[in-house]
Amino acid sequence: MRGLTKYFGDFAANRGVDLSVDQGEIHALLGENGAGKSTLVKMVYGVLRPDSGDMELHSEPHSPDDPSHAKRAGVGMVFQHFAVFDALTVLENIALGLEGRYPGAELAADILELCERYGLHVELSRRVHDLGAGERQRVEIIRVLMQDPRLLILDEPTSVLTPQETEQLFATLGRLSDEGRSIIYISHKLEEVRVLCDRATLMRAGKIIDVVDPRQESTRSLGEKMIGERLKDTKRSKVKKSSDSKPRLTVRVGDVYPDSIRSVALSDLYLSVAPGSILGISGVAGNGQDTLFDVLSGEVTLPNPDSIMLDDTPIGRMGVEQRRILGLLGAPENRLGHAAVPDLTLWENIILTARHTRGILKNKHLISGPAAKGFADEVIQTFDVRTSSVNAKASSLSGGNLQKFLIGRELLGNPKVFIVSNPTWGVDAKAQLFIHEMLIKMADAGASIVMISQDIDELLSVSDRICAICHGRLSRTYPTEETTPDYLGALMLGQEVES
Amino acid sequence: MIFVEARSETHWYHEWVAVFAALSLTVVTASILLAVMGLEPVSSLQRIFIRPLNSVYGVSELIAKATPLITIGVALALGFRAGVWNIGAEGQLVMGGLCGGAVALGFWGIDGFWVMPLVLLGGSLGGLLWGAIPAFLKVRFNANEILVSLMLTYVAILLLSVMVHGPLRDPDGFNFPESRLLHEAATLPKLFPAGRGHFGFIFAIFFALLGTWIVKRWHLGFEMRVTGLSLNAARFAGYSRDRTIWTALLIGGAVSGFAGVVEVTGNIGQLVPNISPSYGFTAIIVAFLARLHPMAVIPAGLLVALSYLAGEAAQLSLGIPAASTQVFQGLLLFFLLGTSLLVNYRVRFGRAT
Repeated sequence: MRGLTKYFGDFAANRGVDLSVDQGEIHALLGENGAGKSTLVKMVYGVLRPDSGDMELHSEPHSPDDPSHAKRAGVGMVFQHFAVFDALTVLENIALGLEGRYPGAELAADILELCERYGLHVELSRRVHDLGAGERQRVEIIRVLMQDPRLLILDEPTSVLTPQETEQLFATLGRLSDEGRSIIYISHKLEEVRVLCDRATLMRAGKIIDVVDPRQESTRSLGEKMIGERLKDTKRSKVKKSSDSKPRLTVRVGDVYPDSIRSVALSDLYLSVAPGSILGISGVAGNGQDTLFDVLSGEVTLPNPDSIMLDDTPIGRMGVEQRRILGLLGAPENRLGHAAVPDLTLWENIILTARHTRGILKNKHLISGPAAKGFADEVIQTFDVRTSSVNAKASSLSGGNLQKFLIGRELLGNPKVFIVSNPTWGVDAKAQLFIHEMLIKMADAGASIVMISQDIDELLSVSDRICAICHGRLSRTYPTEETTPDYLGALMLGQEVES
Repeated sequence: MIFVEARSETHWYHEWVAVFAALSLTVVTASILLAVMGLEPVSSLQRIFIRPLNSVYGVSELIAKATPLITIGVALALGFRAGVWNIGAEGQLVMGGLCGGAVALGFWGIDGFWVMPLVLLGGSLGGLLWGAIPAFLKVRFNANEILVSLMLTYVAILLLSVMVHGPLRDPDGFNFPESRLLHEAATLPKLFPAGRGHFGFIFAIFFALLGTWIVKRWHLGFEMRVTGLSLNAARFAGYSRDRTIWTALLIGGAVSGFAGVVEVTGNIGQLVPNISPSYGFTAIIVAFLARLHPMAVIPAGLLVALSYLAGEAAQLSLGIPAASTQVFQGLLLFFLLGTSLLVNYRVRFGRAT
């Protein structure tokens, strides 16, 4: 493609982008959120049309009007958010993506043959809602491969996979490239790009910054090129371990059944966090993380008050509000619709969790607009949130800025215990770094932090101790310096490893 | 191709422009219709919409009709913001009228400044009770409040009928299904020398102000709004869904019941089998016309009340059928709701992005 330009209003998402991908090449597209990666591949896949510039696919002009046109031309795309139907079987889902194919025995045979060839394994008769994230992604990949694409685009495919699943995916991608298929691989994870890709194109602010051989670069140098300034080291300084320090938060409970049938129940839950310490909880999505968060935040209460101890206070039966007043704050994974109300302004969203501070609630019942706006403004200043004003709707902020705002809203309340779930999910590298620094700063100031995350690099660089959750059960906890990604991967799959 | 896109920013004046556009479009379309029917548009519109307001009597009638619409509309707007769909305001109104009327009849002939407050309280409690039933069933069994509150409306209407035909019937009334006429201590004063406009309108304005204050300043109003917008965020904030359901239905019930007793004591003056021409249902339209803003319920209620008067005027002075006035009402609603789309969305012509 040459000179591709795309404007959204006055905003140039892509400016004169030139990119070439060879046959059989795995080409990485690196850049922060909003750098223009998605816009670029959406033009290739026919979702968007370029304002100027042209594309060629196998020496033929390529200007797809819509995705089905692009599919026929031999472009396949696996999206970051799975576009599969929960209530249908795997076979039916695959048939839906193919024109003129019906979910019968003939199609099943074709799929099995293809799975055999690429080492993909999936049971065709299962319903998608029973599948884990890795399996769902396999369904998507098979669906795309059934169209025999010559160019395959993957958008952050490993964000929900365990290291083992990631390795399987890489093996499959390797086979595809050996067959001469080209692959565009979008990722935030620099380490993966170094392992997998032949070339990497770095984008920033809609333009190409550099094209490099990732194998000749270090993760650090790639990251610096991507962000455009030197990365600071997030690795935290070792906390002085005083063996006699009393845990700040202790959770000891038998079985917890969530109120929604879609969530996973917890069994034999035990965890404790000392003041000034960060406990990382790894795990593949859908293994009970949401229930765990709800139990800790107080959205799900427990029958026995002693099940959760905050210092010497039994808080098991307390609701969210009481726990918050005692200093237990949280930031859930889902920003819009859980941590914040999308249709409310930023200052109104302040009231949700910070109403007991800074005189926002007068006489227990009256809302003070100026106080809430003042606090919102303080969060925006302190946490460098890019937004027009405190009157902007929460839904108008980008993922990274909203997350900075929401984490700031809690951290400025000086939590004793802070529960956070996937703090940097879908957040660009710069904001990620900032959020990590803030968490570490809070811990250094004496807060206990429980960080539930699917990002292994994040867990390894921020936490002091790490455990994993699998099928609603927590593994033993290990000091971070004694764990490696492989080791964590095994824990995430429910295997306890001899240390 | 035509596309409808969400606006990235909305301004306060968008709503006013939308209302003005809707009124203009209604007048233009109505003129065309009148011309097709062979009538002279300008003078006909003047007769239908302006003349009813040309006298004290007309304004008084308008206010009498708008009073229950505004009172109930405010309460419904609060509930609908919380995502609680109380469709049974009509039944709550009837229960309020029945209970308040029963209290008034119980003190029949007794004078005292305390009689009127007691009557109003009785009516509010009747409506509150009727609103509590769907709230309890929703909280306890997750029963759909739309169905329960709607069905209870018919129960309330039949109950009123039973009482008026039986225990509350006027002993000197020649077996007509009506109660005694309420005595003066249990009657709300009229506001004007002519027409039926009564003191209840002052209450209606008060409710609109109170509702605005609850929405803007009171934490409870914020809590209800958050619960209506996102249940998960409300749970995270520590807001209780059950409390919101109770609050919305109890406010809706009590205020609708109040509107009912005000209608009986201010307007009708006795209990009859039919005390409301569907004010409780029309108030749903009023609440949505006001886009669920309690203050905007006042003009919305007056506008809908005017459309009723206009219907009568059209029949009387132009001799056009009653159905054609329903057409005018339909036009007005159609344009108001249609243009309100443009407050949050804009239309774009061109190619897909």
